[in-house]
Amino acid sequence: MSKSITLDQPDQRNLLDRMAQGTIGKPVNRLEGPDKVSGVATYAAEFSAPGAANGVLVTSTISKGEVALIDEASVMGMPGVLAVISDQRMIARPAQGGAGEAPVQQVKQIDYWGQPVAVVVAETFEQARDAAKRLKITYNADDMSDVVLNPEDADSWEEGPGTETVEQGALPQAMSEAAYSVDATYTTEGHNSAPMEPHAALAEWDGTKLTVHASLQMLNYNIDELADSMGLDAENVHLLSPYVGGGFGSKLGISPDVAAASVAAMQLGRPVRVVLSRQQVFQSVIRRTETTQRVRLAADADGRLQGFGHEAKVTNLPEEEFAEPVTQASAFLYPGQDRVLKVEMGRIHRMTAGSVRAPGEAVGMQALEAAMDELAEESGIGPVELRLRNIPERHPSDDVPYSSRRLAECLKAGAEAFGWDDKDRKPAQRREGEWWIGTGMATAARIHNLSKAEASVTLMEDGTAVVATDMTDIGTGTYTILGQIAGEMLGLEPSDVLVRLGDSDLARGPGSGGSWGAASSGSAVQIACEAIREELCDMLGCEDEDLTLKDGFAIHNNKRQSLPELLNGRSIEKLGKLKPGETEDDFAQASYGAFFTEVAVNAYTGETRIRRMSGAFGIGRVLNEKTAKSQCMGGMVWCIGSALMEDMMFDHRDGHLANCDLAEYHVPVNRDVPHLDVIMVEERDPAASPLQAKGVGELGICGGAGAICNAIYNACGVRLRSFPMTPDKLIDHLPEI
Amino acid sequence: MRPFDYQRPDGLDHAALLERDGGALIAGGTNLLDLMKLQVETPDTLVDINRIGLDELEPTDDGGIRIGALVSNSVCAADPRIRADWPVLSRAILSGASGQLRNKATTGGNLCQRTRCYYFMNIDMPCNKREPGTGCSALNGRNRIHAVLGANENCIATYPGDMAVAMYALDATVEIAGPDKASRSVKIRDFHRLPGDMPQRDNVLEPGEVITGVTLPAPVGGTQLYRKVRERSSYAFALVSIAAVIRMEEGAISHASLAFGSMAHKPWHDPRIDAALTGAKPSDALFDKVADLLLENAEGYGENDFKIPLARRTVKAVLREATGAST
Ligand SMILES: Cc1cc2nc3c(=O)[nH]c(=O)nc-3n(C[C@H](O)[C@H](O)[C@H](O)COP(=O)(O)OP(=O)(O)OC[C@H]3O[C@@H](n4cnc5c(N)ncnc54)[C@H](O)[C@@H]3O)c2cc1C
Ligand code: SF4
Repeated sequence: MSKSITLDQPDQRNLLDRMAQGTIGKPVNRLEGPDKVSGVATYAAEFSAPGAANGVLVTSTISKGEVALIDEASVMGMPGVLAVISDQRMIARPAQGGAGEAPVQQVKQIDYWGQPVAVVVAETFEQARDAAKRLKITYNADDMSDVVLNPEDADSWEEGPGTETVEQGALPQAMSEAAYSVDATYTTEGHNSAPMEPHAALAEWDGTKLTVHASLQMLNYNIDELADSMGLDAENVHLLSPYVGGGFGSKLGISPDVAAASVAAMQLGRPVRVVLSRQQVFQSVIRRTETTQRVRLAADADGRLQGFGHEAKVTNLPEEEFAEPVTQASAFLYPGQDRVLKVEMGRIHRMTAGSVRAPGEAVGMQALEAAMDELAEESGIGPVELRLRNIPERHPSDDVPYSSRRLAECLKAGAEAFGWDDKDRKPAQRREGEWWIGTGMATAARIHNLSKAEASVTLMEDGTAVVATDMTDIGTGTYTILGQIAGEMLGLEPSDVLVRLGDSDLARGPGSGGSWGAASSGSAVQIACEAIREELCDMLGCEDEDLTLKDGFAIHNNKRQSLPELLNGRSIEKLGKLKPGETEDDFAQASYGAFFTEVAVNAYTGETRIRRMSGAFGIGRVLNEKTAKSQCMGGMVWCIGSALMEDMMFDHRDGHLANCDLAEYHVPVNRDVPHLDVIMVEERDPAASPLQAKGVGELGICGGAGAICNAIYNACGVRLRSFPMTPDKLIDHLPEI
Repeated sequence: MRPFDYQRPDGLDHAALLERDGGALIAGGTNLLDLMKLQVETPDTLVDINRIGLDELEPTDDGGIRIGALVSNSVCAADPRIRADWPVLSRAILSGASGQLRNKATTGGNLCQRTRCYYFMNIDMPCNKREPGTGCSALNGRNRIHAVLGANENCIATYPGDMAVAMYALDATVEIAGPDKASRSVKIRDFHRLPGDMPQRDNVLEPGEVITGVTLPAPVGGTQLYRKVRERSSYAFALVSIAAVIRMEEGAISHASLAFGSMAHKPWHDPRIDAALTGAKPSDALFDKVADLLLENAEGYGENDFKIPLARRTVKAVLREATGAST
């Protein structure tokens, strides 16, 4: 019934290239696209449940202390109000990605401004919202002079949980002996995930079983998080997330709406829907930490790195075990035997810091690549050439080989497509009217993650197939690529493959996060299809090499038989199981690429506009050219956001977030995004996954903001080391006008 | 959002308008509804004025144009007469918000849009504008977008809009109908207020008054520019903006009218600036003088200090472009 593969050795079989259907890699349109644009696709809050009540969260207006009194009477008499709930099963913080257990729950113990403290439930959403605003809550606030709200006030710095400290050789000495060196400190501001669809949940309770429609990325873990929070057995929790309107990390773990709706449904015995307001998405879920990063680069006369240091300071709430792994790519990207890598964490009272869009590399790479540009200038070596000279043979600390790494090809292909001039790098040379024009580049790197995954595939008696897993599609194209993989393996067009996702009753996948979805779930689908092919071979009495499946026909021994004919009324269901294995430790695995951009900086105002941007990326096998490119483009758009505008603005006096909607927290709009050129550098990586594919989703955001930083310098001669690079930071440094 | 009554008069002389006490007018709703959801505004009654007419642009006897209060921002910006004769207005409107918002937003509503001060929009924060006497949270808080001109410790909020800035440069007049059918008109330059000791009042509208339209005087020609500075190139409010109407004759400036946005509690107009420019030959020294006049009493509150050099540099950019001096 099932087939399992553990990736202890590179999977050299390269099954997909051997198949005949020819759908893999093709730019197939997203299968669920028409449903989404026509409004047929149903998101969590849009499901209906007869008799559903509506809950609205009430969040704290202090940063530290406790709830003294919730005056329920202040709202219980209002029309439609059913309950004010401040149950200890509610969650005060979202679960971290992959936690698989309840997050911090004491909602009456306040640790940050915006923490959920209660949910008000009423017949209608409007009644609940009004009552939630009117609910009187008395707090015992801690003495604010004792409460650490800002990173600069953190009183101690511990090693970031889950991060790896490297101290190798003698970096200070390497710095003093270096022919060229850079020692620079960069800062980045906090980022919000800013998904289009706010977090939402509709919970139903039948006395035994809890069913929740929610907007979640990783059902496999979310089941346990919710069950643990509610004190239920995991078997009695059923989650449904067929469509997710973006998550960007903020929906990896369960969010407060999910727990609040569940508690309310269990208490009231009727379905309850809770949707976060846009402000609550900003204030009550997850932030990416701000960072301070010191980068030290020590190069010899040829520009080869002998010493390398990347040390970061990040923050989170007390007790949280997530530290932004800022130096993740720094561990393997560049050489330098004298090495220091470190992430230190301070504890502050702002909302939970967690995974937001490529945690680690998104901010780490932009600082590192800005520093590399400073080294290029210092040494007089072209930025591309400098990077080409610094591609290590083996992992500089772990001494293992790299799996696939077409970094040099990406650098060259990107430079070529962009028309990059590596020699003439003198800044502030080109002016068009009011605008300084400049170019910049950066390397892209993001670790490759593979996760345990299961998927079931059924070859139906009519010759179509059904793929089923609790994997989610958060707008990335999962439905489509899983259909393509099954189609390729079974000789079907993707339109003949029904893909069912986002239902926790289905085979357990890893969910969407860390760019592991396609390689992991896709491999499980491939493995299930292998098992189906084996059974077909048994029926035909042949070996797999001799079986061709194409266009719904089985061909072997010069005989062509339609699948329904062959199946003769049967269907074949198989479960595919993938387990990561020793290749994880035997190889350094990552996706790589390069960004090139041209920017214009207004000589008067310091406004920066991106004129064009190219990216060349090596992501292993490209499963679908269109969805892969779209992922890269999306990443490049976030690079623009991170470089030029995204900034969670906290009030330093009380720790609340000042800009908490999409009008005031700026993400790029159409006009900020010029033509983006994406080049896919094809490769196969047998160590990364049986599909020979690597992660793609997050790669496009890892480094591009550094390219923009470098281009700003090249344009106007101002080196900013503080992201985002807004006009207020540039204005005092611009040349006189 | 609090429960409210809803009325929809079909003309200006309808009782709902005439005998109105309290309640709020709703036009496009693009600002009011957001603030109601946040409970910054909690009107008992909404009086929907979308059916009272006043949705046309008509020529006036003296060669100007009257823009009805309910003319949408999109319609106004696209009107061929506005585009030809008062292009600064078209440009200013098109630089604001988004296509969808401009389709709903109206002339009257745009003039009355409220500040984007973060603390004003958060009912859990003290704010003199929202709740007089509670204090100004922005003064020592996050004030990157706040005023550098005409502010005081009571309130450092800005009027954030664009359309009105162009109307200031064009010396428009606001027409107002009162509850007793009386009507009056106010020069737009006197319509918005500085905070003084009543920061809760954005403008001079009295309770029960309705804006019926805005008239623009006859066209003055010249070069008309609207320059809006912001880090996000669209769908963002200005950090600083300038509306400029400059006519040149024989190498000298024969007409000048400048207005400045997002720098104060109202669009900023200083007659001394127009006077200094009029009749003068363009030069960097002249432009510096304009910036000096504009900024002589400018005061930053920390994060918004940059607006002062930014305004100085933007003045230069705009005047060089408008007078044809080289950039
Ligand atoms: C995300 C976002 C971005 C934006 N960006 C910009 C921008 O870049 N530049 C810009 O200029 N604006 C911007 N705006 C603001 C937008 O221009 C205003 O919301 C709009 O102009 C208000 O017009 P309305 O008709 O919708 O007003 P409403 O919301 O209906 O009303 C606003 C106020 O005006 C009052 N009012 C309405 N009509 C009258 C009348 N005839 N007489 C008396 N009082 C009246 C109402 O009572 C209310 O107090 C933005 C808005 C949003 C939501
Ligand atoms: S600046 Fe004005 S609107 Fe903002 S907090 Fe102060 S008083 Fe309120």
